[in-house]
Amino acid sequence: MSATRAAVPPKQQLVGAGRPADRRRGSTLLRHLAVVLAAGLLLVAVSYSVEPFRNFQLATVAAYFCATAGLTVLTGLNGQLSLGHGALMATGAYTVALCQTAFADRGMTGGWLLPLSLAAAVVSTVAVGAVVGVAAARLRGPYLAGVTLAVAVVVPALAVTFDGVFNGEQGLSVPVEPPPLSLGAYFPYERWQLWVTGAATLLALLLLANLIRSRYGRTFRAVRDDEVAARLAGIHVARTQVLAFVVSAATAGLGGALLAVLAQSVSPGAFSLTLSLFLLMAVVIGGLGRLSGALWGAVLLVALPDLTHSLTELLTLSPAVAQRLEGNLPLAIFGLTLIVVMIAAPGGVQGLLSRLGRALLARRPTRHS
Amino acid sequence: MHRKAHRGLAIASTLALLIAVAGCGGDDGPGSGGAPVPGVTDTEITVGTHMPLTGPASAGYSKIAPATKAYFDYVNANGGVHGRKITYKIMDDGYNPANTQQVVRQLVLQDKVFAVLNGLGTPTHTGVLDFLKSNRVPDLFVASGSRSWDQPDKYPGTFGFNPDYTVEGKILATYAKTNLAGQKVCFLGQDDDFGRDSLVGVEKVLGASAVAVKQTYVTSNTNVAPQIGAFKAAGCQVVVLATVPGFTALSIGTAARLGFKPQWLVSNVGADHPTLAKQLGAAAPLLEGMVGTNYLPMQNDTANPWIQLFTKINKEHNGDAPFDGNTVYGMSVGYLFVQVLLAAGKDLTREKVLDAVQKGGFQGPGLVPLRFSEKDHSGYGGQRLSRVSGGVQTYFGPAYETDEADGAVNEYTAPAAVPPANGVPTGS
Amino acid sequence: MDRFVFLTVDGLSRGAVYAAFALALVLIWRAARVVNFAQGAMAVAAAYVAYSVSTATGSYWLGFVVAIVAGLLLGALVDRVVMRHVDHASPLNPVIVALGLVLLIQAVLGMVYGSEFRPAQAPFSRSALTVGGVAVLSPYDLFVFATIGVVVSGLAWLFARTPVGLRMRAAAFAPEVSRLLGVNVGGMLTLGWALASGVGALAAMLVLPTELGLHPHAMDLGFVSAFTAAVVGGLDSPPGAVVGGLVVGLLLSYVSGYAGSDLTPLAVLVLLLAVLLVRPGGLFAPVAARRV
Repeated sequence: MSATRAAVPPKQQLVGAGRPADRRRGSTLLRHLAVVLAAGLLLVAVSYSVEPFRNFQLATVAAYFCATAGLTVLTGLNGQLSLGHGALMATGAYTVALCQTAFADRGMTGGWLLPLSLAAAVVSTVAVGAVVGVAAARLRGPYLAGVTLAVAVVVPALAVTFDGVFNGEQGLSVPVEPPPLSLGAYFPYERWQLWVTGAATLLALLLLANLIRSRYGRTFRAVRDDEVAARLAGIHVARTQVLAFVVSAATAGLGGALLAVLAQSVSPGAFSLTLSLFLLMAVVIGGLGRLSGALWGAVLLVALPDLTHSLTELLTLSPAVAQRLEGNLPLAIFGLTLIVVMIAAPGGVQGLLSRLGRALLARRPTRHS
Repeated sequence: MHRKAHRGLAIASTLALLIAVAGCGGDDGPGSGGAPVPGVTDTEITVGTHMPLTGPASAGYSKIAPATKAYFDYVNANGGVHGRKITYKIMDDGYNPANTQQVVRQLVLQDKVFAVLNGLGTPTHTGVLDFLKSNRVPDLFVASGSRSWDQPDKYPGTFGFNPDYTVEGKILATYAKTNLAGQKVCFLGQDDDFGRDSLVGVEKVLGASAVAVKQTYVTSNTNVAPQIGAFKAAGCQVVVLATVPGFTALSIGTAARLGFKPQWLVSNVGADHPTLAKQLGAAAPLLEGMVGTNYLPMQNDTANPWIQLFTKINKEHNGDAPFDGNTVYGMSVGYLFVQVLLAAGKDLTREKVLDAVQKGGFQGPGLVPLRFSEKDHSGYGGQRLSRVSGGVQTYFGPAYETDEADGAVNEYTAPAAVPPANGVPTGS
Repeated sequence: MDRFVFLTVDGLSRGAVYAAFALALVLIWRAARVVNFAQGAMAVAAAYVAYSVSTATGSYWLGFVVAIVAGLLLGALVDRVVMRHVDHASPLNPVIVALGLVLLIQAVLGMVYGSEFRPAQAPFSRSALTVGGVAVLSPYDLFVFATIGVVVSGLAWLFARTPVGLRMRAAAFAPEVSRLLGVNVGGMLTLGWALASGVGALAAMLVLPTELGLHPHAMDLGFVSAFTAAVVGGLDSPPGAVVGGLVVGLLLSYVSGYAGSDLTPLAVLVLLLAVLLVRPGGLFAPVAARRV
């Protein structure tokens, strides 16, 4: 810790020199709070104006957003590639399932139980993340990818091996209490789900955004950009990498836990290697290294199966052809889009939007003058 | 970059939410009106299902829902049920429980289906039981032999279809006990409910100590040589397989190359001969003598009136897709559902459909009776044995009927039902 | 003891295929600094082509040759049409593009061939010959060992002894200097992709008959094992890939034989951690100061 603190002055020159942000540091937290509050209010308003299915979809977006935000911090800001975030999500999800079941079995009820389970999920994922992170800090590039890939594959194996606890491939159910009665007897369950996941996600994002803006966030980037320079500047590289991994694991665990609460069940099939790869694709397509990009990625993860279906429904085909195209055609289009996006716009959706915005801003003054 | 990122974040989140808001107009659906039944109009009934159409688990299963849909199209072409046409929404979940959550909610909350029919898979469907229950959506004829569907007190709206794996295990073990007495019996099962329940059934009949070697496999490891090697080393003469088709073929192929030739007794899940033969290719003759089970007419039995009917429908409404056990299965589900709709009457509600299923008494393509009653929500209550001989899978012996507990395995002798002339069930 | 011999032979035969597949990954890594996640899907595509040819002509060997040719062409195509245009500034970009290719290839295969398993033929008997009462090797195992042996020594010869191999190595390690010296660096890169993809197709042809059969996802699991093998051996080292493949094959066989097949992924993770924590660049990494 002291080493990191000693490193502050040179590092500021290294990374964030001359940014106006440094002068206005005191207000960062307040500004983030304001953004989060606004987003929260907007979310409540939206939850009343859309139908239950959209509420559920938005809640799922929020849960995935937790995970993608953590991944984009790890991969985008700290430069560590993880193919195993699905496993970290599973850790959180199983913890919540075990906690909630334990509470329900003991007949305990109360609104504070769910936050407690979610906190337990974060703690257990932090522990797992610290172990993986310590190993990861020694590894680079594809070797890190290899280990995290193996971590992703291990989840179903553990669920099956310890099926006394995890109930094998069938998984566990997650007992969740209905919305509090004070909200009314007919309060839609999906709206309640959106509130719970939305609140948890916004809280996590608030902490994450502040971390990114803090000294730690700058050390993350310094390590990513140039390890030697970072070390010369007095940054403890390995410790920074472990810290990034732990932070990322915590949000992934929360995301997985929220997903489990939404689904009211956990099973290894939901946290397969495919999920890990899709998370990575989502943050890259959204725009790596930016929280807004992570949001786009989360939206994409939820919208994709939906699009998949609508697309095939648009086409009227003979049964034989339809059977082959169903499911496959949208995946092909998605794959193709992924390739084209990566070649044409490596900054992802958010990069594209920023460029668009800049182009618009740049054109306006010329018109006025 | 700092402030821009934040503005970007705010803008992005606003946009995403606005898009979501713009994408829909309606208000809270279920429960708001009361009078109209979801998914039912005077001219249409909408039901939905979730199936793996893509991904590693989709082999074979991806053909079930289109076959059911083909049967509904046939019924629709013949005037529908009480003047209503059936629309069948097939959702691909890729056998991923997380996707199942999404697509089932889409079916129920957005598409407002009347019922979910024949949702496939134990891990996938287990996750939506509570959701379907709290939305009071009939959850009919789940495509899996797990015993989870038979919990009338906990899930009053959920009904099974397949005979459960324990019933099947008991029937296979009865064959071993009577026809292969004194031989060493071993067991290979999938490492989940399927394998476990099946083993329970086998041990109920043979006794816990009678199964000499018990092995399991996981679908993520396609090398079964170690398991088969252990059977060979122990000198097993009979091997009961609670395996999916891919692993049945793999086990039989692996045994052949190890020079190990036991009598195979195979669960109906993995005993469809055309599927296995296709996968084994030139090695298909290895299937000779394999004993399997089933409870629906054999797909190659062209003399069977049900098969004649289903073949005709497959030609007319399913693009003449390859006809196999999955096609028969899908169409049988469709037939049963139409029977249920007819029994529920013209004035259709969800309660009436559940009452109609619980009343039972459906005679269809099945070789054994459906067990539906107020106390029993499991599906078919027995099976008949089949054998591969000369490259053709045929039934032999009587059909058997039993329960998942300690009840005896009895022969079922009632004559088979014959399909109505036009292939659409009548109101009685 | 019988069981040990049996598991060893079974593991080696699988390991040989993983070795070939890992070798394909190493080839592309050395040439282009890309871990080709699409390797499995590309190899399956080539195997499907072989299946079509074999079914149409009735000749396994024609299909076998066509698979390798299709693999070579597909590799060149992927390099020229896709990978060449990817911004390699971030090592993530090619990885994501490769994942996109996986989706695309698997979906197209699903559309063309459907999601049913197709039989994968073996050209020789897979029944084991017994030596002294112990089932040892099948003719097919011998065929696998022989083929992989030929491929490995062929590649070694190509890189060590031929001018093309020298140019390929030069293009990979010092592209700028090579270009100055008149080496067609782009062409060498394409050749590297083609070779790797051809070896991958060969590996798929060898491993598919021992698995569930032909399916768009047939190599998903094989890819994970092969990638593990390549990482364990060291991505820069062809001999490492071969050793890594055999180690992984043996490990999987012993663990499923003695401990239970559900534990194999755990064993793979333990192996990776054990090797990489001691040698972060794989078993056969050059013992040089770590470049940071």
